[in-house]
Amino acid sequence: MRPFRYERAADEPGAVVAVAQPGAKFLGGGTNLVDLMRLGVESPSLLVDVTRLPLDRIELREDGGLRIGAGVRNSELAADSRIRERYPALAEALLAGASGQLRNLATTAGNLMQRTRCSYFQDVTMPCNKRIPGSGCPAIEGEHHNLAILGHSEHCVATHPSDLAVALAAFDATVRVVSPEGARDIPLVEFHRLPGDEPQRDTVLGAGDLIVAVDLPALPLAALSRYRKVRERASFAFALVSVAAALEVADGRVVDVRIAFGGLAHRPWRAAVAEDVLRGEVAGPEAFAAAADAELAAARPLRDNAYKVNLARAALVQTLEELAA
Amino acid sequence: MSVAVRNVGAPVERIEGREKVTGRAVYAYEHDPEGVAYAAIVTSSVARGSVRGIDAEAARALPGFLGLLSAENAPSLPGAEGELAVLQSPAVAYRGEIVAVTIAETLETARQAAELVRVDYEAAPHDVVLRADHPELYRPEKVNPNFPTDTEEGDVDAALAAAAVTVDETYTTPTEHNNAMEPHATIAFWEGDGLTLYDSNQGAWNVVQAIAKAFAIDAERVHVIARHVGGGFGSKGTPRPNVVLAALCARHVGRPVKLAVTRQQMFTLTGYRTPTIQRVRLGADRDGRLQAIAHDVVEQTSTVQEFAEQTAVVTRMLYASAARRTSHRLVALDVPTPSWMRAPGECPGVFALESAMDELAVACELDPIELRIRNEPDIDPESGNPFSTRNLVECLRQGAERFGWDGRREPGSRRDGRWLVGMGVASSTYPARRVGSTAHGTAEDDGTFTIRITAADIGTGARTVLTQIAADALEVPLDRVRVVIGDSASGQAMLAGGSMGTSSWGTAIVKACERLRAGEAEVHVDTGDDDDPGEGFARHAFGAQFIEARIDPATGEVRIPRALGMFACGRIINPRTARSQFLGGMTMGISMALFEETVVDPALGGFVNHDLAQYHVPTNADIGDLEVGWIDEEDFRVNPMGSKGIGEIGIVGTAAAVANAIYAATGVRYRDLPITPARILSTRR
Repeated sequence: MRPFRYERAADEPGAVVAVAQPGAKFLGGGTNLVDLMRLGVESPSLLVDVTRLPLDRIELREDGGLRIGAGVRNSELAADSRIRERYPALAEALLAGASGQLRNLATTAGNLMQRTRCSYFQDVTMPCNKRIPGSGCPAIEGEHHNLAILGHSEHCVATHPSDLAVALAAFDATVRVVSPEGARDIPLVEFHRLPGDEPQRDTVLGAGDLIVAVDLPALPLAALSRYRKVRERASFAFALVSVAAALEVADGRVVDVRIAFGGLAHRPWRAAVAEDVLRGEVAGPEAFAAAADAELAAARPLRDNAYKVNLARAALVQTLEELAA
Repeated sequence: MSVAVRNVGAPVERIEGREKVTGRAVYAYEHDPEGVAYAAIVTSSVARGSVRGIDAEAARALPGFLGLLSAENAPSLPGAEGELAVLQSPAVAYRGEIVAVTIAETLETARQAAELVRVDYEAAPHDVVLRADHPELYRPEKVNPNFPTDTEEGDVDAALAAAAVTVDETYTTPTEHNNAMEPHATIAFWEGDGLTLYDSNQGAWNVVQAIAKAFAIDAERVHVIARHVGGGFGSKGTPRPNVVLAALCARHVGRPVKLAVTRQQMFTLTGYRTPTIQRVRLGADRDGRLQAIAHDVVEQTSTVQEFAEQTAVVTRMLYASAARRTSHRLVALDVPTPSWMRAPGECPGVFALESAMDELAVACELDPIELRIRNEPDIDPESGNPFSTRNLVECLRQGAERFGWDGRREPGSRRDGRWLVGMGVASSTYPARRVGSTAHGTAEDDGTFTIRITAADIGTGARTVLTQIAADALEVPLDRVRVVIGDSASGQAMLAGGSMGTSSWGTAIVKACERLRAGEAEVHVDTGDDDDPGEGFARHAFGAQFIEARIDPATGEVRIPRALGMFACGRIINPRTARSQFLGGMTMGISMALFEETVVDPALGGFVNHDLAQYHVPTNADIGDLEVGWIDEEDFRVNPMGSKGIGEIGIVGTAAAVANAIYAATGVRYRDLPITPARILSTRR
């Protein structure tokens, strides 16, 4: 770990100014960044602590949706009664992630900004295009059983580790960002990038961009939603595959549906193809499986992760069956 | 000689329990000698080759930098061999080997300096993948610690050819890491040519001997203290390179030096369980009576020193069969040296043998418990000696009763929602041995007694159990006995390993206490040359592991809602700490079955997953209702307490019972560990 300076931002403009200094990074709960600093993967010269900014509230928006402050801790968000009642998959996603202690520290914005847990990325003695562009991706020929099957490139096959982001992707959330140029809203599904030939860029954020909130639209459909996470042990592990889904059925037919996958790609994977296939169909295992197949037709598994195609299919079918029951 | 029972058998709380849970127990790294400096290890990033040069200019410029050692300037260690010959040559034998160490005023500076060191390598091609058809396989002279490499009795091939029913399958276990909670850590300081080490280890006496040899100094000049140790599972049974390195650093800067191995470095510097490829062939008559057993093992060692795990040795004694053959073949790869991990030999070996026995039960259409009972030997098949006690059948029968074994159904026939449910069983065994040890006893003026012995409590409860043994031998209440452990000044004693600790130390303590009770005020005893009451007997502990498994065949998720271990381990000295030992072993066995695997990258030549986020051990949510039971047994042919070691048997057989339960649930046999969702979904049903 290299020596670094620490500053505590007093307000949003101050935070944005402070982070404009070379080598500066925002510090939220630090549950990923500090680990990466210890490993030598990240070596910021300045940490700008944004956890004292007044971004720790969950507020009702005029359109009936919710605004989640960037600094709201994962544990608080998961316990919020409005989240639990109106967006249950989101609370379930949070509770499926990390451990109680980590959720008490981790923030909403920090959760979106966490880096991949690809082993090669986290080991500075190994090549990694995300860490050192152009150094190569040993995961493609090496250990990749839990890496991407969708949207990956010859430069990077990493997956995004967040559970929260998967539920947010399903629910059409937007990320509110401020910068010296002003404020803007980025749809969550466009917030994280696919790796392409710039795997070092996880998100579309520019230098100096500060996430201040995540907005959830009023989405009545989300009240009947589930988050299903399949992992190698029952707790405290990243997803092999996860599914966030909301389903509305009337007269046995799918009226509306939202689906996003985790663990399959460099970003939360909104399953728009599957949603289109399902709308208007008779709700049942055949339609659910057909929807999964339609979405996963684009999958390009690596040598050792083809099992994820079947796993994603099974997880989606089981989740939709539960919602339809 | 035998001991009147008062404290032995009572569920005495851990003597140091309060100290530990309130954070007051001082572990190796937490001692604070004056003027202490800090060291950080630099490891190789190539798997084979040599260090051409080291650029430490940036490191040296750091304020607080005190020194750097590499093969260029490290003092010669005349007696150091294998992994302990630290920095003795620029050659690199595996990825993650120590190539330099930095020393500084603070840990932060030492680590920063280590990061700034640039190492230039001459890399050579490496070979890190174990294969059953590796051209460099060889037959080691012996297997750990001193067993014959191969054995053969009767005509195995003829018996297999003539057998009505046969099983011929290959089972594999991956590289697994011990991962004790407390990392390996040492504080070293020299006073003249005298060396003191606060060190996290399983046997202070063994550390003294190894370090004295490495530095070619008199063992009496080395003092090792290990009052509290946060787990070892075998990885601290032999001194690891960090101990030598800490002593080198302390000598280099002329100050005490603290050195802790990081979690990531533990994966290459502190030993691991070799991967194994095991072919098991069983031949039986129609009634399931074994006619032939063959167990042929392929495993790895390093080019640094040989470690040959005794994987098939258990097959020499577990079941009766006229024809038996076992073999071990090794290949020396460009990898760190494997070493002891909880029940080396028995643990991976029983996974293969007891999976094969389950397959034989299926082939013979027999209940797996009945199959085992039919193959129960009258005498030790290997030595021809009688068993001192052998209650495997009793463990199977009582366990079956308690677990509800009669509720078993056809494989793949029991479903609960999305889960397939099944029960599995496997036998468990571990040798009951002991080694001569010394102990000191003092009758104090205030009527209390002090016993000093170089025992180690690595979280097992040894300190408590030894106090119980001493109190009973002295016929005094517990609070009149103080047992001081973890200090090499107390003299030679067995290390905490091989499930021999309590047996070895307790025997010496009983001997010392008997003399104190007879009126002596100060005694020193050595059991090294004492008659062995068990001469001519085969001595082993036994057990039976029962597992209920639930599998979602669509997602490959496995859950273990229930497990039972029934054990026959002589007299249980402390039911509270014993239960904890058994539960820990069973938990580690479930972990082996479902989670643990260190993955090698063939191209880069190193371990890919090397922390506890990526190397999975179970969470509380993974462990359901674990039950432990034991049957009444005492065995004075093992030791005067009538006890047998319990540290390792809990892990033996558990993984096979899990795999057998998964077979019962699904009708699909998994022969490669761990049984993960990826493996389940990739296996054709």
